[in-house]
Amino acid sequence: MIAKLEAQDVRLDYLQPRSNSQLRALAGIDLKVMDGEFVSIVGPSGCGKTTFLSVVDGLIPASAGRILVDGRVVTKPGPDRAVVFQDASLLPWRTVLGNVRYGLECLKVGAREAKERATHFINLVGLSGFEDHYPYELSGGMQQRVNLARALVVDPKILLMDEPFASLDAQTREVMQEELLQIWLKAKKTVLFVTHQIDEAIYLSDRVIVFSGRPGRVKQSIPVTIERPRRLAVKREAHFHGIEDAIWSLIEEDVRAERNQVTLT
Amino acid sequence: MVILLLVWEAIGASGLVDPLFISSPTGVARAAWQLSQRRDFWTDLQVSATEFMLGYGAALAVAIPLGLALGLSKRLQYLIGPFVDTLNAVPRVTLLPLIIIWCGIGIWSKVVVVFLGAVIPILINAQSGVKASEARFIRVARSFSASRFKIFSSIILPGVVPFIFTGAKYGAGRALLGVVVGELYASTAGLGHLIADAGNTFQTDVVFVGALLFMAAGLIVVALLDVFEQRFERWRPSPR
Ligand SMILES: Nc1ncnc2c1ncn2[C@@H]1O[C@H](COP(=O)(O)OP(=O)(O)OP(=O)(O)O)[C@@H](O)[C@H]1O
Ligand SMILES: [Mg+2]
Repeated sequence: MIAKLEAQDVRLDYLQPRSNSQLRALAGIDLKVMDGEFVSIVGPSGCGKTTFLSVVDGLIPASAGRILVDGRVVTKPGPDRAVVFQDASLLPWRTVLGNVRYGLECLKVGAREAKERATHFINLVGLSGFEDHYPYELSGGMQQRVNLARALVVDPKILLMDEPFASLDAQTREVMQEELLQIWLKAKKTVLFVTHQIDEAIYLSDRVIVFSGRPGRVKQSIPVTIERPRRLAVKREAHFHGIEDAIWSLIEEDVRAERNQVTLT
Repeated sequence: MVILLLVWEAIGASGLVDPLFISSPTGVARAAWQLSQRRDFWTDLQVSATEFMLGYGAALAVAIPLGLALGLSKRLQYLIGPFVDTLNAVPRVTLLPLIIIWCGIGIWSKVVVVFLGAVIPILINAQSGVKASEARFIRVARSFSASRFKIFSSIILPGVVPFIFTGAKYGAGRALLGVVVGELYASTAGLGHLIADAGNTFQTDVVFVGALLFMAAGLIVVALLDVFEQRFERWRPSPR
């Protein structure tokens, strides 16, 4: 069976114009994600998770290797993929409705349909009544939910989510996790989900990918075999904690290694 | 403000300083009233206003699109950038004699001076506005496969608006300066002409009226631009 999404030996070097040198962010990522699979990526800060999502989306061309979606090489962004950006990056001169509608405008969806679909997703993320508010009038968490709605509204087959729930309180976060799983299940989406919260990664995913410290590599791929639908209570079960500990120690190695490096130099 | 006027009046009335030098508020008011009764005063006002509007309007019409284009295209910037820089570096007044030779002493020479004064600040501001557009917003647009035109209209243009207004306000001052200097130098009518005439005949009151009119014109133009700008800037949080 052909993978929905495949990364083949993806490398990425950032050019650093000031020193005119290269900074290696990704050193050969190999990854296969099946259709309808929910995969999370965890790893130390700065290991290239955001960079990897940008390459998958087609925003940054890989320095070497390639990304395949349905077996076709990705060269630029397309409507089959949408990103929930780490910094919400809402357009400040557009209202909530205007921001959520943005992707549909780019796809030339008719005004009335665009408004209907946008309103649906604004309700879904719990922001009905805020349609006419500007981003500066929203809290960080609310902005992040607009960011989520903006990606969902274009109905992408692949969702690329970069720490989408990072600025939410614990309760809202759990509600949003539930919503996301519902959407994922109902609309049969493939999700690549970056997070720093290991319990979140395990709770949501079929598989958790652990990245090594910079330059990023796939250090390990850990399947999560907990049955679905998952109740919130699974987070307190021994099996869950077992996976959590395993991932923790994998990341800890790299975080320590990185810190030692910094103190040495 | 009121105190300032009173002090000014008192000094004028006290005879400490020859009224020829500083006039007085009542003197200026009287002169303004007398002027407003004269037909040629209204012609002067009309001539100056026409010069300003034609020159400034043309500057806006040329500088905004050209500035945007220069900000968007590296090639165009290499091509036209040096001319803009040169024109910016030359004090436009030095070109005045040349412009008079080419365009005569009627209104067109002044329109050209006004245009040259206003065009540069508007253009440079529009250009730097494009350059200041935020990469993360462009990234969002690209992620949604926005067309080049969509990126321009939905991301770059809204970001450039405050820059354009800054340029337009600054340019308005330069345009007014162009009207005065041009008319002082060589003209047959206009407020600058009126001021020059009054100065030559020691009518201090009238000189003051002229100066105040220019000041008022500047304030009005900027106030109009402010009101207009507000309509584009509703999305911006107020500083407090
Ligand atoms: N535009 C850029 N130009 C140059 N270097 C960059 C750029 N973006 C990121 N980097 C570098 O690439 C590395 C990876 O960055 P990236 O943002 O992908 O990390 P991350 O894993 O998402 O981190 P975090 O968890 O903190 O969000 C970092 O060391 C960073 O300094
Ligand atoms: Mg990141």
